[in-house]
Amino acid sequence: MEERQLRGQPDVTLSTHQQVERPSPEGGARPARKSAGRRPRKPEFTARRGLVIAGYMAPAALFVAAFVYYPMVRGSQMAFRHWNLTDLTDTSWVGLDNFRAVLEDPAWPTILGNTALWVIASLVPQFVIGFAIALWLRRNFRFRGLYQALIFFPWAISGFLIGILFRWMFNSEFGVVNDLLQKAGLIDHPIAWLAEPRMAMLAIIVANVWYGVTFFAIMILAALQSIPDDVYEAAQLDGAGKARTLFQITIPYIRTTLALTVLLRVIWIFNFPDLIFGMTGGGPNNETHILTTWMITITQQGDYGKASALGLVVVALLLVFSVFHLMATREKATREEKGARS
Amino acid sequence: MISKESVPGRVARVSFLAAWLLITVFPLYWITITSLKRPGDIFTFPIAYWPEHLSLENYTGLFRDHQFGVYIANSLVVAAVAAAAATAISMLSAYVLARFEFRSKSALLMATLVTQMIPAFIALGPLYLLMTDLDLVDNRLGLILVYIAVCIPFCTVMLRGFFENIPDALEEAAMIDGLSRFRALFQVLFPVMKPGIIAAFIFNFVNCWNELFLSVTLMNSDDHKTIPTALNGFISSFNIDWGSMSAAAVLTILPTMVLFAFASRHIVQGLTSGAVKE
Repeated sequence: MEERQLRGQPDVTLSTHQQVERPSPEGGARPARKSAGRRPRKPEFTARRGLVIAGYMAPAALFVAAFVYYPMVRGSQMAFRHWNLTDLTDTSWVGLDNFRAVLEDPAWPTILGNTALWVIASLVPQFVIGFAIALWLRRNFRFRGLYQALIFFPWAISGFLIGILFRWMFNSEFGVVNDLLQKAGLIDHPIAWLAEPRMAMLAIIVANVWYGVTFFAIMILAALQSIPDDVYEAAQLDGAGKARTLFQITIPYIRTTLALTVLLRVIWIFNFPDLIFGMTGGGPNNETHILTTWMITITQQGDYGKASALGLVVVALLLVFSVFHLMATREKATREEKGARS
Repeated sequence: MISKESVPGRVARVSFLAAWLLITVFPLYWITITSLKRPGDIFTFPIAYWPEHLSLENYTGLFRDHQFGVYIANSLVVAAVAAAAATAISMLSAYVLARFEFRSKSALLMATLVTQMIPAFIALGPLYLLMTDLDLVDNRLGLILVYIAVCIPFCTVMLRGFFENIPDALEEAAMIDGLSRFRALFQVLFPVMKPGIIAAFIFNFVNCWNELFLSVTLMNSDDHKTIPTALNGFISSFNIDWGSMSAAAVLTILPTMVLFAFASRHIVQGLTSGAVKE
């Protein structure tokens, strides 16, 4: 049943390809939808329409404004104030002091490096394994639906619990990972995974790869199923081999979806403190903190000013990355298109 | 459609998929097996891959030595109420965003997207202060309100996708028949969209059930803790009792897995469309 649902999807994934040239990320939805054949709605009683729109949007807007946007806005003001739960009498304006406190913190370089390592070392294997699964799941076989359901299940589990599961498996004394590695003859004495900074980083990344492959598999499979069969038929007629078909047809065809999926995933992994919290809590000795776990720890210590400043740094980094990523992928797309035309 | 498979290709494919299945399922197997060992057996050598003595002692201990029943009840109430409210509210906003064209629409969609990029925990401190002002700290209602707000943006995007798959002639006909738009939405569209709406509800429920940082920040008395908050307390203690921990983990994971199994194809559809559309 699942594959049928995913098959029913191609129009959606296809529509992204039409949006490649569109400058704003959300602007593409409207024209694409109109072209879907729905007749344009003529604006009747404008005041009445306005009331309907406002009335239906109001509950959602109120909730999100009050409990999501308001705290965020208030938080960004706090970043420029002295705001510590231990001393609330002094909430004076301190300019950039909180940012200085973040950037001059002795832990900052380590944590920034950890964050980069966490994102890249998790993303690449997730992508490669997820892509392989998607490619191999494209071919129908018996129990494919069941197989998909089974490999997709990690999704139902929270990152925090995944952390706890792997914390137990990587236990230095009674952990199953050490036991299996010893049985396989790969190590001769147990490794204290979570007590040693480098090993702990490796362990949390392994857990994150395990967790994230599913997302790529799902997204890439949906994209693959949007590729029309005749494209492959043409390639076969031209005598293109498997590797050539993959790199010259499959990947270029779903490039937009791949680029978007990677972008979403980077943001998501960056903002994913849950697993680390369950697995190491940022330890040993703060060596497995990434920016977001560090921010939460600072919040829990009560220094809201510093935590908010760090939050703004995180948002700024993500923004810069997103713009850069979108520009890079679009430039590549247009360049290749030009190359194809000439 | 796809070229015929060679024998080595087939072997490679099957072994790869089988290996990944094993890797995926193993952690779950392991936590379940751990939870079913007698508490003392967990810390003995050699490590048993299939326990000699199965026991539910870890589970009974969870309810005897900890208030696990209370945590489950709290999680259940908070997640169910928040998910239901968020789904209902999102239906209204998703409907408008799917059916109407208006000037501030792209701004609204952008505002929704931003909440997906900047997670709610980034504003934990100010949220705590806000809830203090509203006298809603350590209060289940307070947590429900926050969860509703956190669920709405993605739920709206997901439901909007489902609305767009339904021709608007459907509710127009109902409105010509004299139904108000609101009643047309709930009496005509709701039944058609039921699978999608249930999937959205389940997605919200699982997210609230699993949520950690907001509940850790807002709930502090033991009587009000949700399961993740309680588990966080378990791992903060000096020595983790892996017997209770594994049993608690299994009890937390089980309901979400059952729910996901029911709704997975709709959730997959919502996620893939939601992610690639905006």
